Amino acid sequence: MLTAVFWVLAVVAVAAGIAVFTVDSMARATVALAVSFVAVGTALLLIDAGYLGVITILMMLMEMGIMAVFMIMYMMNPGGLMPMSMLHNKRGALAISIGAFVLLAAGALLTPWPQRRGEPPSDVTRALGEAVMGSKMLVMMSVSAVLFATMVSALVLATGRGRYDGDEAPAAEDAGGGA
Amino acid sequence: MNLQMFLLLAAALFAVGLFGALSQQAVVMVMMGLELMINALVVAGAAFWYFLTPQAPDGQVFVLVVLAAMTVEMAMGFAVTTLLFRAKDADMTDMAAELRG
Amino acid sequence: MTASPAWAVVPAAALVVVFAGAAAALDGVLDPAGRGRPMSGRLGRPLWETARLLRQRRRTTVAPDALLWRAGTAGPLVVALLMAVVVPVGGITVADPPVGLVWFNALDVALWLTVWAAGWGANSVYGLVSGYRFLSQALAYELPLMFALTAPAVAAGSLKIGQIVAAQDKTWFVVRMPAAFLVFLVAVAGFSLWGPLAYPAGRDLAGGVLAEPSGVDRLVLLAGRYALLTVGAGMSTALFLGGGAGPLLPGWLWSLLKTALVLAGLVAVRRAMPVLRADRVMRLAWLVVLPVTLLQLLVVSVLALGGS
Repeated sequence: MLTAVFWVLAVVAVAAGIAVFTVDSMARATVALAVSFVAVGTALLLIDAGYLGVITILMMLMEMGIMAVFMIMYMMNPGGLMPMSMLHNKRGALAISIGAFVLLAAGALLTPWPQRRGEPPSDVTRALGEAVMGSKMLVMMSVSAVLFATMVSALVLATGRGRYDGDEAPAAEDAGGGA
Repeated sequence: MNLQMFLLLAAALFAVGLFGALSQQAVVMVMMGLELMINALVVAGAAFWYFLTPQAPDGQVFVLVVLAAMTVEMAMGFAVTTLLFRAKDADMTDMAAELRG
Repeated sequence: MTASPAWAVVPAAALVVVFAGAAAALDGVLDPAGRGRPMSGRLGRPLWETARLLRQRRRTTVAPDALLWRAGTAGPLVVALLMAVVVPVGGITVADPPVGLVWFNALDVALWLTVWAAGWGANSVYGLVSGYRFLSQALAYELPLMFALTAPAVAAGSLKIGQIVAAQDKTWFVVRMPAAFLVFLVAVAGFSLWGPLAYPAGRDLAGGVLAEPSGVDRLVLLAGRYALLTVGAGMSTALFLGGGAGPLLPGWLWSLLKTALVLAGLVAVRRAMPVLRADRVMRLAWLVVLPVTLLQLLVVSVLALGGS
């Protein structure tokens, strides 16, 4: 039963992934990617990774919400009303990716994986939390430093005005949002 | 369910993402491809944790780090895209050839 | 807290629909536009409106993205029903997963995409602007909401909603974390496009995402909005108001009473407060509310350390 559910989710995840690059509309592509992530998150729920599965769904839906804005902002044909191909070197890319799949799949199926050691703890989420706040704290601290650096540098890269261009916010408020 | 099934799913997602990242011209579509490839890492990481060493939390921590990496990738990617677009109206990878390393 | 068999989703969904209908009736009574009309007509407004929309023929726009449009308009109702799965009534809940709180949070994030898709799919400028407004407003309320949800989880030491309710047997969490409770209610209004945070569905946009859907689509979207308010009120009862705790009456009745009270408050706010512009909400959320919720979380954490 669970295996059947897994296969359904796997097919949905991969099909939605393929749809990302085949649909014309950027809105649909973004939603297709979100569907792929939700299917993967649900598949994680099948292997007792409750927290990871739900957090994957949470973060990826949020990310796709933001992504939709950028996709539509930076594509010349966001609505897909004028179908056109935006690909280059399609054949080469197809060959390389099929090759990669065959290689990875062969590795997955042919490698003699070691036997499973131990059972998952009774409360998987608590174990993760204790690891993050205990033995693996250094990992999460580096991640937080990286995230902070990302926030600063992304703002520096993306903002249009420099340090001495003044604060535009009060002017924006005077202009009003059309409410 | 076993490890091989999850790894097959991961391989398929990775291949689809790789195709997108290689073949797409628009910067944002390349990022979609990268996201799919990282998605495959999430599947593989969680599967290795559950089917090989469920007692150690390392696999779960790895997935958390991958998720964080994904957000970093997206934030920086969009920042660079915005910069490129603002500087030279470029939204295609071919127009940003000077980024070639 | 007992998990229920699979068929329990049917009464749970029915309960959500009944409460949502009652909320719509209350809104009909409070609507100043209905002043002077007979009370029966104002109370029965959800019924007449349902009948009217069921009979109404679907209008459509030029070149809509029908798939995303339909999925987006159905989204709020589906999300509300999926949230209702983890909302306990007294000691009864459909499911009490170990990460129930994160489940609730993930679903409210799912609204980002569904509301945006509902706006985008219609291929109408009102819907489109509305979808973008919703995203920008979501950026304002989501982080405070996440920290407001973290507070009861920290205090109870669990992400399981059953244990969060059980941890309130001495004092309700609203006493220890009033700021988190308020922020949660505001966020509920935010993801339901309601009251002061109804800017994405504002009148200046002819209703925004509500402008184009007609017939059954509009009915499902409106019902989804009330259902989200209902589930939010139910969740606030479980997280902050002690769930089914109370004297004399059985637990499930207390849960329902508290939910009804919070829901009535949420509905009444719509006629009592003006709609806030998204940029003002953003400023308020990041400069005032976010620091306040973080302070609240600090207080809760210190109390939790002292208590254990």
